[in-house]
Amino acid sequence: MIAIFHNYGSLLLQGFGQTLLCSVIALIFSLVIGSMFAIFETTPIKFLRVIARIYIEVFRNIPLLVITMFFYVVIPMFVTKINGFTAGTIGLTIYTSAFIAETVRSGINSVDPGQMEGARANGLSWWQSMQHIVLPQAFRYVIPPLGNQFINLVKNSSVLAFVAGFDLMYQGNVIASDSLNTMSTYICIGILYLIITLPLSYWMRYLEKKLA
Amino acid sequence: MKDFINAYSWINIHYLLQGLWITVAVSLVSIVGSYVLGSILGIVRYVNIKVISPVVGLFIDIIRNLPLLLIIFFTYFGLPNLGLRPSSVWATILAMTVFESTMIAEIVRSGIAAVDPGQMEGARANGLSYGQAMYHIVLPQAMKKMIPALVSQFISLIKDTSLATIIVLPDLMHNAQIVYGQNSTYILPMFLMIAVMYFIVCYALSLLSRSLDRRMS
Repeated sequence: MIAIFHNYGSLLLQGFGQTLLCSVIALIFSLVIGSMFAIFETTPIKFLRVIARIYIEVFRNIPLLVITMFFYVVIPMFVTKINGFTAGTIGLTIYTSAFIAETVRSGINSVDPGQMEGARANGLSWWQSMQHIVLPQAFRYVIPPLGNQFINLVKNSSVLAFVAGFDLMYQGNVIASDSLNTMSTYICIGILYLIITLPLSYWMRYLEKKLA
Repeated sequence: MKDFINAYSWINIHYLLQGLWITVAVSLVSIVGSYVLGSILGIVRYVNIKVISPVVGLFIDIIRNLPLLLIIFFTYFGLPNLGLRPSSVWATILAMTVFESTMIAEIVRSGIAAVDPGQMEGARANGLSYGQAMYHIVLPQAMKKMIPALVSQFISLIKDTSLATIIVLPDLMHNAQIVYGQNSTYILPMFLMIAVMYFIVCYALSLLSRSLDRRMS
């Protein structure tokens, strides 16, 4: 195992960087898109609610791999050529945003409706009350589940290995077939994933206890 | 339009349905296996037995924080280093069962923790042993609270079987790749079809969970 870290250190580091990069990009975009659809779901406008419901139900019930492969295989045929990293990140963003939308929506719903009514009664518009009163309170509830979504995102980013995204999993396969020592290679890759996910998961458990 | 009609010929659809059957069968076996194993792990972690519970807890935390794809690779390509050579079907079932049981263990543990401790105390005060109180009083109540989380975990299990395509499990995703590999005009129709098939299976399960949840509460 030490030999793997020693011989393939640069490859492992590169993969580690790509995994982190793609997870962070996908997290930022899926937070924005997910929050948007969550707000859509809680608006009084029926059309937006229906759109949000369809988006969430469709992408929550289709495998991430199918979405990612769609961007890797189908989009280049009809629209434009995209590389594996981009296709993977787009797929991850779409898939995760559906889960984040569901999380944020339940956060918004867990805020006392009196908050919204009070804000409206004090003369704020619907959007102002959402932005200044409801959302800040909702985000406090959803921090632990959002953290868990980020952990899932990091784990799911291994799907980049299917589309030549040069992430940790992809480099792991390269190293495994080069060194022929599959067992230790996968253990090394596992350790690198755990470096990201394990502290996050303990931190989220701590936050959950603290906020509860 | 012609592409769609050609792509959805009975031979292709039949082949996809065979893949869907493998997906469903592998998922079902893994669901049963991971439910049993996960409940045991979750209960062991909850009841705090000396030495055993912390070790089980560490195992759960490590496995559930790894990507499933890595575990699939590990069972299929790593285990042969130890002299075990599972077929792709068994490697998938093994990987899914181990991974999902750790996810389910956490659901079970937090489900038990969510039951009012007064229930356990009351049962003990009425003369039930710890095991009896757990089995007859606490677990049935915890079960009700766990159903939504359990079903969404099972749904992600079904979706995640598609990852086993990489070790050539002949599942829905794999069979679709074979079909569109023959003719590039089939690519779009195949993707739409498998998306619909996965959606139907997973959405049906989530509707079932919602109706169960409503009936119980």
